[in-house]
Amino acid sequence: MKILVPVKRVVDYNVKVRVKKDETDVELDNVKMSMNPFDEIAVEEALRLKEKGVASEIIAVSIGLPEVQETIRNALAMGADSGIFVNCTSKLEPLSVAKILTSIGNKIKPDLVIMGKQAIDDDMNATGQMLSAMLNWGQATFASKLEIQDKKIKVGREIDGGIENIEVNLPAIVTTDLRLNEPRYASLPNIMKAKRKPIDEIKVEDLKIDIEPKLEILKVEEPKSREAGIMVKSVDEMIEKLKNEAKVI
Amino acid sequence: MKTLVVVDHNNNKLEKSTLNTIKAALKLENVDLLVLSDSCKDICNELIHIKNINNIFTNENDAFKNQLAEDSANFIAENFKDYTNILFSNTSNGKNIAPRLAGLLDTMIIPDVIEIVDKQTFKRPIYAGNAIATCKSKNKINIITIRSTAFEEAEIGNENVGKIQEIGSLTTNNQTKYLNSELTKSERPELTSADIVVSGGRGLGSAENFQILEKLADKLGAAMGASRAAVDAGYVPNDWQVGQTGKIVAPNLYIAVGISGAIQHLAGMKDSKVIIGINKDEEAPIFSISDYGLAEDLFKAVPEMESKLN
Repeated sequence: MKILVPVKRVVDYNVKVRVKKDETDVELDNVKMSMNPFDEIAVEEALRLKEKGVASEIIAVSIGLPEVQETIRNALAMGADSGIFVNCTSKLEPLSVAKILTSIGNKIKPDLVIMGKQAIDDDMNATGQMLSAMLNWGQATFASKLEIQDKKIKVGREIDGGIENIEVNLPAIVTTDLRLNEPRYASLPNIMKAKRKPIDEIKVEDLKIDIEPKLEILKVEEPKSREAGIMVKSVDEMIEKLKNEAKVI
Repeated sequence: MKTLVVVDHNNNKLEKSTLNTIKAALKLENVDLLVLSDSCKDICNELIHIKNINNIFTNENDAFKNQLAEDSANFIAENFKDYTNILFSNTSNGKNIAPRLAGLLDTMIIPDVIEIVDKQTFKRPIYAGNAIATCKSKNKINIITIRSTAFEEAEIGNENVGKIQEIGSLTTNNQTKYLNSELTKSERPELTSADIVVSGGRGLGSAENFQILEKLADKLGAAMGASRAAVDAGYVPNDWQVGQTGKIVAPNLYIAVGISGAIQHLAGMKDSKVIIGINKDEEAPIFSISDYGLAEDLFKAVPEMESKLN
């Protein structure tokens, strides 16, 4: 069984992002970049399926500037077998990413795509569902449990109010939620080994896909800030304030 | 220009966030509602008095009982592709179905909208709410999910306003099958619509210790929430999680206990009307957004507060 894992290079989750002065974007110069945390969970899940003997091959794919090859190398260092780098200099939104992945999916024919439920930069939560629609495959979003039997995959999904269990025929798309697993760190020998693993390069132009964005970003601004209130000295004072000043209890 | 709101429900009752989504839709034009369920009647009765809506379309089919994205998205794509705007609540259902529909209709989804500036311009948070992007849409069809806490509820009058009409037919999918659900049973109000939320963080230290918070919540008739740190540590279930990767809440009163105030968490609760923070670390970032802060040991302060409330 072949698993395709799309990985995205994003601002590291520990970085406090700041809006640029000209309000065109957030500050991305000299900011630490990492693999999207939900995608790390996706890589980890694919590796566990391989370790169980369910999967035989894991391919990591990333789209963007040459720097995204670092993110592919991270996935390879964790244990993925090979990478696909789609070289693309223009800004991409989930619709275009899903189209590019559809084209790659049709070419390499994976049995399963595991990917993060959302990227922590644009917080879209869309690419997996769009890709499922385009490939006309079943989808299991927000997965926190996953099991493969025969040609089916059983997935526990995080929904409002609990867990929903569904069964999807393969090939299928799974998007990962936080509790699915805890991703491993790449060991030094594996980082060294990853340097010799193959990464195929594809030029986005060669795919002949319309990647013109449909959403134009007019402005990126700071959210309205909330001012700090006061510190109270005791529980009694807190209750008094809530009752008589804020009038919320 | 026609606008469709896809109604979120649990087959018996309307999901309250739908009212916020309808309110947002009314900023656009000609609002129709769509109910897909195995039993539409009770839900329609709740919708029929909503002011300023045109039609309520329904399709009653056993397959819609479990609201699989494959079925709902196919049905909407086949029957409503002449609409200009299709809106969903940004619930787990909306987030599951809306992008799939957008994929079918070859349009770029506009998720988690907090403000409708004009008919083609929308504001939405990015980077866990650390920035707000204003996007102008070049889509022919806008598929939008609405953050319910950013909009008021649609008004409900006394007269029947909408017309109810059965529409379309569904070809059920054979890719995905619903098995069962494990829902958290709770007597407490639902987290995203509660008046008061009591939330705990890693400072609680264990699953057992959350009981002292639950006592306080029950005294106040509040919902329980938690930070991602508390969820990751396994103290509480994931559906309690408040934050960018969990639920977005905006209650009248948010009580943050043993929560340091990571940016990820603040993104999920900073629109609450009144925030109080209880944390023994007086430098905790939660105090910078709290209306009232108390720097005290939570194991002392919370039981004391609980006993003094009546």
